[in-house]
Amino acid sequence: MATVDKSRVPWWVSNLIVPLVNLTLALFVSGLFIFIAGENPFEAVSLIIYGSFGYIEGFAYTLYYTTNFIFTGLAFAVAFHCRLFNIGGEGQAYIGGLGVFLVAINFSFLPVPIVWLLAVGGAVVFGAAWAFIPAYLQATRGSHVVITTIMFNFIAASLMVFLLVDVIRDTTQMGPHTVALPEEQWFPSFEDFAALFGIKIRYSPLNISFLLAIAASFFVWFLVWKTRWGYEMRAVGHNTQAAIYAGISPYKNIIIAMCISGGLAGLLGVNEILGVHHKIVAGFPAGYGFTGIAVALMGRNHPIGIFPAAFLFGILYQGGSEVTFDMPNITRYMFVAVQGVIILFSGALENLFRPQIENFFVNRLNLKAKA
Amino acid sequence: MEFLSDIASLINSTLRISTPLVFAAMAGIFAERSGVIDFSLEGKMLMAAFVAAVGSYFLGNPWLGLLLAIIACVSLSMLHGFASVTYKGDQVVSCVAINILIIGLTTALAAAWFGQAGLTPTLTEDQRFLEVNLPFAESLRDVPIIGTIYSDILSGHYIFVYLAYATVPLVFWVVFKTSFGLRLRAVGENPSAVDTAGINVFAMRYKALAINGVLIAFAGAHLSTAVNANFFREMSAGRGYLALAAMIFGKWHPKTALIACLLFGFTDALQIRLQGVELPAIGEIPVQLIQALPYVLTVVLLAGFVGKAIAPNAIGQPYIKER
Repeated sequence: MATVDKSRVPWWVSNLIVPLVNLTLALFVSGLFIFIAGENPFEAVSLIIYGSFGYIEGFAYTLYYTTNFIFTGLAFAVAFHCRLFNIGGEGQAYIGGLGVFLVAINFSFLPVPIVWLLAVGGAVVFGAAWAFIPAYLQATRGSHVVITTIMFNFIAASLMVFLLVDVIRDTTQMGPHTVALPEEQWFPSFEDFAALFGIKIRYSPLNISFLLAIAASFFVWFLVWKTRWGYEMRAVGHNTQAAIYAGISPYKNIIIAMCISGGLAGLLGVNEILGVHHKIVAGFPAGYGFTGIAVALMGRNHPIGIFPAAFLFGILYQGGSEVTFDMPNITRYMFVAVQGVIILFSGALENLFRPQIENFFVNRLNLKAKA
Repeated sequence: MEFLSDIASLINSTLRISTPLVFAAMAGIFAERSGVIDFSLEGKMLMAAFVAAVGSYFLGNPWLGLLLAIIACVSLSMLHGFASVTYKGDQVVSCVAINILIIGLTTALAAAWFGQAGLTPTLTEDQRFLEVNLPFAESLRDVPIIGTIYSDILSGHYIFVYLAYATVPLVFWVVFKTSFGLRLRAVGENPSAVDTAGINVFAMRYKALAINGVLIAFAGAHLSTAVNANFFREMSAGRGYLALAAMIFGKWHPKTALIACLLFGFTDALQIRLQGVELPAIGEIPVQLIQALPYVLTVVLLAGFVGKAIAPNAIGQPYIKER
């Protein structure tokens, strides 16, 4: 493999061109899967575009999925800057949702905006708490966080089903879910906003959590790149030995990084509980936690990259449901496979064409400089 | 006597339940001893289960299904090697990609080809592996103690159960008593020294991954063509991770990893036995909490209450040859 002088590669080559090439490859392979499943990939693409942009409610759904992916993508990214693979976003989001619900239902005597603030806090605290034990074990015992967080996903699923069946279940109903929160606590939805301007649209799950996701992106950017703590955390992630030599405690930073990561994943519970379901339903994280991994890797673990990556996955999810509706051979699991392919090409195989592409552009710029 | 037969059936199910874990842990030992992290055991096991079930359904022979599963798993191992050995990508990311890809692909293809939500058709008796009765198992059944051990515990398992326990001494021999094993371990501990000695680091890692693929295929085939008669969505249920935890707890050593696998198998067997049983003083434990027992045990074991696990020195680092 040819080596390239990193400092001479323009930023837009490594941060735009290379990811786009990788994404194109991933989408090409995904097209092959759709072909193997017996459907036309080009038709699938046009269905995806129609489903996610073709009508206002479809677009609202796209942004609703984007909201979830921003939360879980940021969660993975924060831990990743400390070289920790938090693949427990799923479980942390589940427990975060429990936090939202318990706070909202127990403090329903308080004014609604205060309940919302407390509920967001509840999501963060519960999500962070669920990430704390794997973090602690990684920091003190070296138990690999990939295995422990996966185990905590399984444990969270068992625990929540137990709670939903035996403890906090709405006994007047058949399904395993809780009672609904009082209606005044529900987050204002997109159609409420549209109604303010006299526009009448049909239901979509998009709600003001989208703004919370934008705020969380700014928070992560500020925290990781503009604070001393963010610097310490990145130092530990980059070179633990050097960080220790500089007086930075890896122990402390591993725990803080994982807790913030878990807290961000917990925010998914805010969108799902206050914004959409208004109660806890079994299995509400529905794989968003895992998708966050793909979102973060594609977005190169930076909020500016995570936003378009989350939006792309929003398109894939919403457009994908349009596809599954029209193409009987395609199920939503096909889009789980697509995520795997995207992680493969924009994560593990990101060096596949990087040297060639970087060389190509460096050589071209050199020629220009000489001429 | 009822107590005795209870114990016998518990040990019997422990041996059966541990089988995929044993194959997976042995597969993990090969990859990780050579310095390549393998979290993708889970995905490969799932892939093997899918391919074995589908292959056996179409070809009518479970051995052909197993062969296809081996080819599929070795290919996935090669993909992992391509990304993380040749292209020096992040090994954990590569594994996560494979796991998510396989969860999606197996379920999506099962739905596309068979029209059921992530299920493959039920295999007939010729299309799957059946229990093997050891010779004289029937005639020895009434002999006290020996009869219980031989006929009730050892006999009547699927072929994979016997293969799994036969694999362990074989893996021990290969890894610790052959020159291949010495090179394998050296590549995981100090690749540049091995390179200096004229051994190709990359080739060693690819060979280790190939063996890893073969072994993990047996675990998947056991799930879908022996214990069950079809593939269903996410049927590996975290076993790949449990096996990895067993391997780490066993300090990357076949014998201790086997003990850890048996411990997981026993917990799972016990968990199934305890469902719906009234325990003295505690009462009936809710089924969801009992089911979480193997996962809780994994975390507890990984916390290393029996001493810290030391991984092969070069694990997770791509080898970069000096020029």
